[in-house]
Amino acid sequence: MRVVVVDAGGANLGSVCYALERLGIAPTIAHEASDLDDAERVILPGVGAAGPAMACLSAQGLVEPLRRLDVPLLGICLGMQLLYEASEEGDIAGLGVLPGKVVRMREDRVARVPHMGWNTLSDVRDLPLLDGIRAGDHAFFVHGYAVPVGTDTIATTTHGAPFSAVVQRGAYSGAQFHPERSAEVGARLLRNFIDGVAA
Amino acid sequence: MLSRRIIPCLDVRDGRVVKGVRFRDHVDMGDIVALATRYRDAGADELVFYDITASPEGRSVDSGWVERVARALDIPFCVAGGIRSVEDARRVLQAGADKISINTPALERPALIGELAAAFGTQCVVVGIDSMRDADGQWRVRRDSGDPARTRALATRTLDWVVEAQRLGAGEIVLNCMASDGVRQGYDLPQLRAVRALCSVPLIASGGAGTIGHFIEVFRDADVDGALAASVFHGGEIRIPDLKRALHGAGVEVRHAA
Repeated sequence: MRVVVVDAGGANLGSVCYALERLGIAPTIAHEASDLDDAERVILPGVGAAGPAMACLSAQGLVEPLRRLDVPLLGICLGMQLLYEASEEGDIAGLGVLPGKVVRMREDRVARVPHMGWNTLSDVRDLPLLDGIRAGDHAFFVHGYAVPVGTDTIATTTHGAPFSAVVQRGAYSGAQFHPERSAEVGARLLRNFIDGVAA
Repeated sequence: MLSRRIIPCLDVRDGRVVKGVRFRDHVDMGDIVALATRYRDAGADELVFYDITASPEGRSVDSGWVERVARALDIPFCVAGGIRSVEDARRVLQAGADKISINTPALERPALIGELAAAFGTQCVVVGIDSMRDADGQWRVRRDSGDPARTRALATRTLDWVVEAQRLGAGEIVLNCMASDGVRQGYDLPQLRAVRALCSVPLIASGGAGTIGHFIEVFRDADVDGALAASVFHGGEIRIPDLKRALHGAGVEVRHAA
């Protein structure tokens, strides 16, 4: 399985590669369009801010190739948010392969922002990408912006309000949490993505 | 619901884990990766690695061990000690750390907090604060606490620094209550409550854990997001699965508690 991890300038690139290595996969890293040529799975990680990450993809000529991808792609955290049409973070346009807008999480006395730590998954849909993952399982989140619950949401988490924890639409999927840092649940999601997500 | 985090802290010296009491008298505890994976298996939610030699000696962190830890661990970890610049932080984050924690360098040059937040996002910028109550009843910040011979008291009030650090871009605060540290008489609840009232980012309590009851009270009474401890975990006095079961029983939300 040829798994390509896209360099969007985020600091978790290495951690995502190590997580794949723990599953016995040796990923390659994409810095330019041709690196995606014979990819069978593409992972778009991301840590940091939406603007610099989109600028990084753009500078490497990766925006159009990622929009036209015909193999499964998994966005992680900011990488998932970049799949959407727009983000309130820096008021930028994303890749636009998923409809909707990323919004700033509302802070209150109980739900502090950034949302940081282990939180539970709910409304987990019975789909291959979530095989073996159940409502109540914990995953590790670090983010201040989120995707509201919508038709592409296949698992939710609540911090103040419910938001999309995992999304999927056709070949494009995303996890708001960090599978590479979410112990067994994270490994399971990556394994499901590699093994059999429906394209 | 968001879980409260249990965070073992491992002091690192020359690529090995060591332990000390009140920052002194360090003895070898073993290999970093072996200990890190043991805590991970026990149910630790996050680990902090504090490079106790890098900061006092003016060195930056050796990224070799950071990468070894990142390859092995599937839970988040933070690296503290010896990070003085965006470049230092970049090396540690690129080696696979999820967060970096700065303490004395942030006191020397507060703008560093903002530079790190701009470069990597606030979520990975942790500001560690060593704090003690002075004779006049005010909590004030200490610097260079990694080396008792060089530790200095500053005029900065802890509560002011907590506000300033957040304004500059800190995404998390670790409050180490030095008077409690290593003596196992419980976390400094009055100080933590005072800081909590001013802290809208995650707050981690450090210093003083001796019993399971201390963890329950720090979550209940000081509303902290995480509790950091070292000696009670390293010495085996508190096992993390037991701790999590007790917290769960006391109504504190935790990950993995049957």
